[in-house]
Amino acid sequence: MGLEQNEVSLEQIAILHNRFKQLSQNEETLRRDDLKTIQDLESNPIRYQIIEAFFDRRNFQKDGVGSVEEIGFEEFLTVMSYFRAPAHHITEEQREEIRRAKLRFLFNMHDTDNDGTITLEEYRHVVEELLSRSGALGRETAKGIADAAMLEVASISVGPMAPDEFYEGITFEHFLKILKGIEIETRMHIRFLNMDTAVFCKQHSV
Amino acid sequence: MPQVEDTDPDPDPGETTQAVFTLNYPRIQIPFEITLWVLLASFAKIGFHVYHKITVWVPESCLLISIGLIVGGIMHSLHEKPPAVLTSNAFFLYMLPPIVLDSGYFMPTRPFFENFGTVLWFAVVGTLWNSIGIGISLFAICQIEVFGVQDITLQENFLFASIISAVEPVAVLTVFEDISVHEQLYIVVFGECLFNDAVTVVLYNLFNHVAALEVVEAGDVFLDIGRFFVVGLGGTIFGALFGFVTAFTTRFTGKVREIEPLIIFLYSYLAYLIAELFAISSIMAIVICALTMKYYVEENVSQRSCTTIRHVIKMVGSVSETLIFFFLGVVTITTEHEWNWGYILFALLFALLWRGLGILVLTQIINPFRTIPFNFKDQFGLAYGGLRGAVSFALAFTLPDNIGRKDLFITGTIVVIIFTVFIQGITIRPLLKLMNVRKTNRNQETINDEIHKRLMEHTVAGIEDLCGQWSHYYWKDKFMKFNNRILRKILIRDNHPESSIVALYKKLELQNAMEVLDQMSGDISAAPSLISLHEERKNASKSRKKFLSSDVTNMHELLSKNMYKIRHRTVSYTNKHTLPDDITAREILMRRHTSLRRSLRAGSFHGTNAAKMSQKYFSLPMGRSLNSRFPPRRLVHAGDGDIESEINYSSIRHPQRVSSKAVMPLRPLNTLKEVASSVNTVDGQNEEQRGCRRSHLGSNVSRSGHLTSHLPHGSSRNCSDGDHDAWVEEPQNNSDVQHPLMRRPHWLPQKPHDK
Repeated sequence: MGLEQNEVSLEQIAILHNRFKQLSQNEETLRRDDLKTIQDLESNPIRYQIIEAFFDRRNFQKDGVGSVEEIGFEEFLTVMSYFRAPAHHITEEQREEIRRAKLRFLFNMHDTDNDGTITLEEYRHVVEELLSRSGALGRETAKGIADAAMLEVASISVGPMAPDEFYEGITFEHFLKILKGIEIETRMHIRFLNMDTAVFCKQHSV
Repeated sequence: MPQVEDTDPDPDPGETTQAVFTLNYPRIQIPFEITLWVLLASFAKIGFHVYHKITVWVPESCLLISIGLIVGGIMHSLHEKPPAVLTSNAFFLYMLPPIVLDSGYFMPTRPFFENFGTVLWFAVVGTLWNSIGIGISLFAICQIEVFGVQDITLQENFLFASIISAVEPVAVLTVFEDISVHEQLYIVVFGECLFNDAVTVVLYNLFNHVAALEVVEAGDVFLDIGRFFVVGLGGTIFGALFGFVTAFTTRFTGKVREIEPLIIFLYSYLAYLIAELFAISSIMAIVICALTMKYYVEENVSQRSCTTIRHVIKMVGSVSETLIFFFLGVVTITTEHEWNWGYILFALLFALLWRGLGILVLTQIINPFRTIPFNFKDQFGLAYGGLRGAVSFALAFTLPDNIGRKDLFITGTIVVIIFTVFIQGITIRPLLKLMNVRKTNRNQETINDEIHKRLMEHTVAGIEDLCGQWSHYYWKDKFMKFNNRILRKILIRDNHPESSIVALYKKLELQNAMEVLDQMSGDISAAPSLISLHEERKNASKSRKKFLSSDVTNMHELLSKNMYKIRHRTVSYTNKHTLPDDITAREILMRRHTSLRRSLRAGSFHGTNAAKMSQKYFSLPMGRSLNSRFPPRRLVHAGDGDIESEINYSSIRHPQRVSSKAVMPLRPLNTLKEVASSVNTVDGQNEEQRGCRRSHLGSNVSRSGHLTSHLPHGSSRNCSDGDHDAWVEEPQNNSDVQHPLMRRPHWLPQKPHDK
């Protein structure tokens, strides 16, 4: 169940199991439609990507390909474990590993066609989704921003390019490079998955 | 101008009492002396920066105190008394507000709110810990007969302790910035100092009041504690209220831009004064006011007003601070000191000890709640960076006279301040460097960073919703929704809902524009008009009227003189576009990242290799086909102004060319959605052009300066068939001249997808 560094405690598993049951209406497996019914998720601009991430085989194990229609609790937990905060006393290597795993998760969110690179279209799609909630911003704006972002990636990862060169898309390595500056630990973890702090449980009416 | 003093109602030319030249000093004495002191302090500041090395090793506060000491020495030898400016009123009403407003206004909001809990924890609990700890230990020392200070009561000890626990950020923050410590540490120190001023002042008033009482009842104590909370919270609420009122007022100042800064200052000061009236924490009030209003105000006011506000706040704040340190030096020499070895040295010892202990203990408690815990180096930085300064001094100096040992306290405070400022201030830099405190990894923020930060936030929020858990993202999300839906509508004039990504993007554009203009040697007449143009977020017609062609010409010339460009083939990312001869030729100019400055100065304008150049402009020629008929050329213009203009300024004249008037600066992103200009003469064909605006710059626009890049919109439009390269179309949005140049990272060619 998940990577070793991302283990979750028994208590948390119990909580998640309850939640799983609630979402799947007491069945064994969870489907996309079950997740789509969550109300709060409606207002999230990237809900589809998030939902999709749960059904993406790449997130289940290292070399998975494609997506599934329904998942069991084990896969649910695996995906959730990406959001575990790293423990205090881990080595640098482990920290790096965790960082990679989290970034891989994000990368998979972008790379919908599973070809290993984020193309401009895919990136644009994400940016549009992100900005869709700001209202009244045209698609052109989003495109513009996405383009500028791609250019940044290219200039950082590949450096200056000759006029004939093409930039295919952002590979995972480039992705890592461009996001080197961001602190992942704080941003991509869910508090309750910390063993120390209390848990607020919110009962959703699904 | 000689001032003739008319002592005689009937001037009689014969009398010798009437002088032609007189000096009427008393009349101007007060303003004159104030001006002289401020000027002297400013000279000192200027002087320090003559030798850059000095300020690197010795914090400015040290230098100021030294100068003060020297001046004090001079005055003392001349038996002059220092000006009686440092009265309680003068300090609390005139000198403290600017300092606090400065800190509050420039507090980086996002990291601050993320670390809010920690900041409050250290500020409030930390200061309490320090005050009480030091107070009690000193009281214990007082009991020892040897030192001869038994007459100091517990309350007075607490009072003194609270005075010397007030920490001062300025010197430390400069050091932190210089060695780029990581953000968390910076913000905690900053926030702590800010709020601990508030706490200290509250405690000071509390203990002052208590010290005056003969007998302290338990009930009084509880009342005081309750009062403490009322004061703190009251100040916060008050400040927030004033912040919102200010923001609301600025909504209506569209027509009276000149008084915008004044409104900001007046409201902030008013918040402070009224809080003083009700004896709630005025520091909290003004800080929270600044924090809340900053966000909304900066959207409402013009660019110039924004700059003015920032500058004035900085200026007044720094003047105030400078003066206080200066006086510290002066007063050290000129006052009557009461020295008591035991008491003072122990005070110093306890101050340092309790702070260190406090930080240690508090960090242990709060670390589990933090996502990035503080390690020992951080803690050392925090503890060692606790310099005392201006506020402590002022509080000590303005102690009421009924405190028996006032002079002792003043001496003690001065000793602590001088010790911490000199010894700790000078050594903290090498020590931190030695210890290799965690550095910030905050490089220049790129658009990618911003996008991904947002992405992660949304992801986490989504996952939280999914598993039904709450966390602080939930609250942030809720607040942002509230903000967007309600607050922004009320408080902001043109409410274009904007995401931070777009805001960052615009900011980067504008920064680049400003950078470019800064580079302009000589002619800066274009700069102001550019800035003022940015203020107009109006529709096309209006701004067109205000847009003078002479300005445009100037701008063109300036830009052309200082930019160089390269022709480059760019490739569209995606699909098809109509045939080359129809639309294609648009001039695109892109500029690559990194400093214009370097490239300009280095004079490395010969762009053979894009790599060497930090600046590149990629432009598409007009009217050319996409193919190799137009091979990539690099054109460089090294300041001679002869830019080859391939731009056709008048779209009217050449119907088949699309107007690539990359002449004028860009409009802000959010106005793109506004209706396309009516000048869209030429290519009636394209619905693709609906997003573009043509600039109708009039025929007297010179052909020479033609830069700018625009948003790479609609790049999908430009693919040529059958060619693996394509030109990317960049529509211009030129009617509202707003940013001269947009910085763009290297334009990426990519294989277009097949249909």
